[in-house]
Amino acid sequence: MKILARAALIAGALALCACAKTGADRFGNDVALGGNAANAGIIPGSANDPASAAYFQQSVGDRVLFAVDQSTLTPEGRATLQGQAQWLMTNSDYTAVIEGHADEQGTREYNLALGARRANSVQEYLISQGVASSRLRVVSYGKERPIEVCSTEACYAKNRRAVTVLAAGMS
Amino acid sequence: MTPVKTLARLALTALVALATPPAAIAQDSGRLRLEITDAVIEPMPIAVPQFIAESAGASDMAARISQVVVDDLIGTGLFRQIPSDAFISQVTAFSSPVQYADWKAINAQALITGAVSTDANGLINVKFRLYDVFAGQELGDGLQFAGTQEGWRRMAHKVADAVYNRITGEGGYFDSRVVYVAEAGPKDQRQKRLGIMDYDGANVQYLTDSSAIVLAPRFSPTGDRILYTSYETGFPRIYVLDVASVGRRALPIPDGDMAFSPRFGPDGNTVVFSLTQGGNTDLWRMTVDGASPVRLTNAPSIETAPSFSPDGSRIVIESDRSGTPQLYVMDANGGEATRISFGQGRYGTPVWSPRGDLIAFTKQNKGRFHIGVMRVDGSEERLLTASFLDEGPTWSPNGRVIMFTRETQGAGGEARLYSVDSTGRNLKPVSTGGAASDPAWGPLQK
Repeated sequence: MKILARAALIAGALALCACAKTGADRFGNDVALGGNAANAGIIPGSANDPASAAYFQQSVGDRVLFAVDQSTLTPEGRATLQGQAQWLMTNSDYTAVIEGHADEQGTREYNLALGARRANSVQEYLISQGVASSRLRVVSYGKERPIEVCSTEACYAKNRRAVTVLAAGMS
Repeated sequence: MTPVKTLARLALTALVALATPPAAIAQDSGRLRLEITDAVIEPMPIAVPQFIAESAGASDMAARISQVVVDDLIGTGLFRQIPSDAFISQVTAFSSPVQYADWKAINAQALITGAVSTDANGLINVKFRLYDVFAGQELGDGLQFAGTQEGWRRMAHKVADAVYNRITGEGGYFDSRVVYVAEAGPKDQRQKRLGIMDYDGANVQYLTDSSAIVLAPRFSPTGDRILYTSYETGFPRIYVLDVASVGRRALPIPDGDMAFSPRFGPDGNTVVFSLTQGGNTDLWRMTVDGASPVRLTNAPSIETAPSFSPDGSRIVIESDRSGTPQLYVMDANGGEATRISFGQGRYGTPVWSPRGDLIAFTKQNKGRFHIGVMRVDGSEERLLTASFLDEGPTWSPNGRVIMFTRETQGAGGEARLYSVDSTGRNLKPVSTGGAASDPAWGPLQK
């Protein structure tokens, strides 16, 4: 999971960058001082910092789900991706790797190809919403990295996914 | 990684045939023969007295070699071992005349005798003779193998291969290796590395570490190189690994999102593989050095899992151009593909038998997975296995046995290797010492 680790590092680096205006907290540590009252209490890089990878993951939604064998985006999926596109255009320091995944009901080879189709659907949609194609890469994990491990449709439904993983800055 | 040890260099010599009574030679029509057919057969009873130790200190080696010969033959499901406490005659010297009546009396159809000697230089010498008990004659000449101590299992496999060949008329498969993916860790964080082992699970060695996902290794026709897919760069790419040095290099592949599902052609130089560009997966071929890449398919559907016919003229592939994954046969240079799978369900990972007669495949139907075989034209489909998840067949060098991955379901689900005869008989786990998937059976070793 090198990409995740890298994303965490970048998120950390961005948090430092955001510390132009800093002050010491009651423990003597530097903390970011928000520009206005609304930002008070926001910890840079945390899920309530709208410029953070954690916020993207939790509040924007980093993944879309697919029906069995399908790579067509659902209405919910398109709504999530519209949010992703807006976020990516606002936070232009990020690039992203879109990971396509499949459930375990299929051969290894077919699922790799199916995961690629799903990742590509997401990539094309994000580009159609204005995200520069140079900021997006795709990878398929097929059925190699399930997020849920049970062998029922409840898990399969969550494993048939494409996840937008934030990564290194502009190349 | 340490280089894979070179196993014994084997020297093979024929022993002079024992004097055979002329009357026995005339009985050739009743010759010992076991034909491998689809019909249910009774295993042939055989007697394998422990091989004679012909030098001081060779008795342990003689016992181990005898045991591997027995394990190989019994493991086929075609033979049954007569326990030694039933023996009337004891074989005390390799050159002693065979008391056929004593072996007939216990219904031994075949008798295998052998002898092992070791020398001060660490070399071992193994010889054996095979007797057709009811014909009262030797079946073929005795053979002798010389090699190093560490190659003792190979010598035992050579003996068993020769016996199997003489009795069935088929090529053997015991002196062969399997490359596979050794697995560890939980289902959502599986660690995978390439392993190589003897066909029976002995002599496991690892060819890569677990730092990147590796998938679906495939042997070159001579077994000296392995093609596989790795996420080493973070993105699936095809690598070729030299088995002896464990050196590897990425294949220079045309631009794309990912390349996977490689397989060697019978010339050992051509590679077919899947290349994904813009989310669409098609088949390509080129040389293993990356020369003359040719696109074989050009369709918005998924085309993957190519496998060559033994003569290299055709490939069988998996494609979902009809809406679901199905099997197609096409010219190895491209062109029209002819669908050959028409049963219910989805078909994948076709593999052409080295005999050329059958195609093994994975079938998914009604929530179950099967390994099956069909003729090259798609007729006579037969399912050999059924489970929650069976996939990825690979053929033994003689085209009689299929090894595959079987994975159990649920959070604790784990993959293991199994083998089954192409007749559907003799389904059994292959010992790997741990979770394993994606086996590829190599050629019979020289």
